[in-house]
Amino acid sequence: MTAADMAVPAKKVRMADHRTASRWLMAATITILCLWVLVPIYLILVNTLSSPAQVNGWPRQFLPSFDLGSLTFFANYQGVARALLNSVVVAALTMIFSIGLGAPAGYALARFDFPGKNVFRVVVLMTRAFPLPLLALPLAIMFIQIGLDDTRFGLALVHTMLAMPFAILITASLFMGVPYELEEAAWTLGCNRFTAFVKVVLPLVMPGIAASAVFAFVISWNEVFAAAVLTIQNRTLPAFLLTSLNEAPTELKFAGGAVLVLPALFFIFAVRKYLFAMWGIANR
Amino acid sequence: MAEINIKGVEKRFASFTALHSIDLTVKDQEFLVLLGASGCGKTTLLRLIAGLDFATEGEIQIGGKRVNELPPRSREIAMVFQNYAVFPHLTVFDNIGFGLRMKKMPSDQIRQKVTKAAEMMHIEQLLERYSGQLSGGQRQRVAVARALAMEPEVLLMDEPLSNLDALLRMEMRAELKGVLQESKTTTIYVTHDQVEAMSMADRIAVMHGGHIIQAASPISVYRDPASRFVGSFIGNPPMNFLPAKRSNGHWTAAGVAFDGPSVDKETIEFAIRPEDLDPSDTGLSGRVRVVEPLGAHQLVTMDVDGHLFRAVLESDLPIGSGETITLAPKPDRIRWFDPESEQALQ
Repeated sequence: MTAADMAVPAKKVRMADHRTASRWLMAATITILCLWVLVPIYLILVNTLSSPAQVNGWPRQFLPSFDLGSLTFFANYQGVARALLNSVVVAALTMIFSIGLGAPAGYALARFDFPGKNVFRVVVLMTRAFPLPLLALPLAIMFIQIGLDDTRFGLALVHTMLAMPFAILITASLFMGVPYELEEAAWTLGCNRFTAFVKVVLPLVMPGIAASAVFAFVISWNEVFAAAVLTIQNRTLPAFLLTSLNEAPTELKFAGGAVLVLPALFFIFAVRKYLFAMWGIANR
Repeated sequence: MAEINIKGVEKRFASFTALHSIDLTVKDQEFLVLLGASGCGKTTLLRLIAGLDFATEGEIQIGGKRVNELPPRSREIAMVFQNYAVFPHLTVFDNIGFGLRMKKMPSDQIRQKVTKAAEMMHIEQLLERYSGQLSGGQRQRVAVARALAMEPEVLLMDEPLSNLDALLRMEMRAELKGVLQESKTTTIYVTHDQVEAMSMADRIAVMHGGHIIQAASPISVYRDPASRFVGSFIGNPPMNFLPAKRSNGHWTAAGVAFDGPSVDKETIEFAIRPEDLDPSDTGLSGRVRVVEPLGAHQLVTMDVDGHLFRAVLESDLPIGSGETITLAPKPDRIRWFDPESEQALQ
């Protein structure tokens, strides 16, 4: 055997090593990312499902005792019910506004060529580039001037601004997924633009629209900064928890956290397929 | 019952002209095929007639009525799309009945017409299925049935068979021809497949570069192409062309003298179809390059006077590559073209 012959297996071994190493790195990264997300959620769940005494006691529990004491305490805490209602109302309004305005914009992006289309696409995303703290103060002043401060409607408007870029981009990609030929066929079969949309396009994109609506709901549900700045009496749940963090007992924070996190997690999990669509990944 | 009149129709997009001043009349109950390579404007013309696009200039009439400004739904047309455009969220029944329902027809009438259209296309057993559960050929049938159920004045078909495999296409071609003959609807059918055009059309309109080059019966498009383009586009293999020079009142092509048109030109083009050549002692001689047996015939590719030349000959003739053979063109099948304008010469 010559040296060259020997070199080939050696090289192979090195390549195999390399592949194993990168696989380990990949696995480690995934594990760390998963733990990063899952451990806090797990701890929240454990403490939510334990009695207040266990939450504050020592040693800490790592398995839930399925005591509903913390949750009951949370549910009966002064102001929680109202904050929860505010959250739901604001999120629902956000959902309606962002789909009501975003879906037509998405349709326009998907179907029409108009000057400035690409600029519009970028500008839509740019709205997310402004940090909310920067906008919050001017917004608060403006809202006070026109009487929108401390209203659910005003807060919903701000949340709509946050949710709409996603609504536009997700719905645009949904509409792009419906062949134009289907609409044209509907026109030749007696539809006008609107009835063709209602009878053909809408039924086909409805699941995606619902998903995009849920996403808008979750964005509003989770948003804390604008909610804390723009409302005083009409606090949403995150803003309410944030402002009462200092005086509230630990079990309340955990229970509140769980009530906030779980619906968001559940919804996002349910609609994950459509969120990929936003990035143009075909997933049908 | 409707005649279609297209007068001076032009379609310009931002930077190019898709259709140049098209004039065309489609008679009532006629089956007209728009034939051309991709990008020739045939689909654009169809879409203008359908009302899916709007003409930049000119007038389109259906049944004597100007329809330029009318949306598709008001034109009394039905269209079959290239990709079928069967609505995926509706059953076959609801697909076929879609247009009738839009017309607010009572449901027992809808049921009756849908059943009739489905029977014509032999899909009555598929009425409860969704498009996702159908094969390409079945979807095609649904699309045609949906158009027929509308009982339109004009039926427009945009390459309806191009997505089917070869065997299915042949079957559907014959079936479609039968169904359309029976329905007696004025039909415009767009295709790039000349066999489809030849076999189905009452009349073929050959399009090229946004112009209609020739509109005539299939056989006269084949036998008497109006231009060099038509001769080279239609027929497989296409027409053979040789330059011909004037000499003593005759035209000489590849050293052989032929009687030709009396025109004031020094050079014109001689043309003959590959199957209009017979082995002979006198005629066009050339060295055989390739022999391809095709069963009933053999396709012989040869060199005549430095030009590529093809002949379709009886398959039992013993011909080998490298040989020199002589072929006599049938005198009544010889055609002549002007090399500059490319138009046929009489």
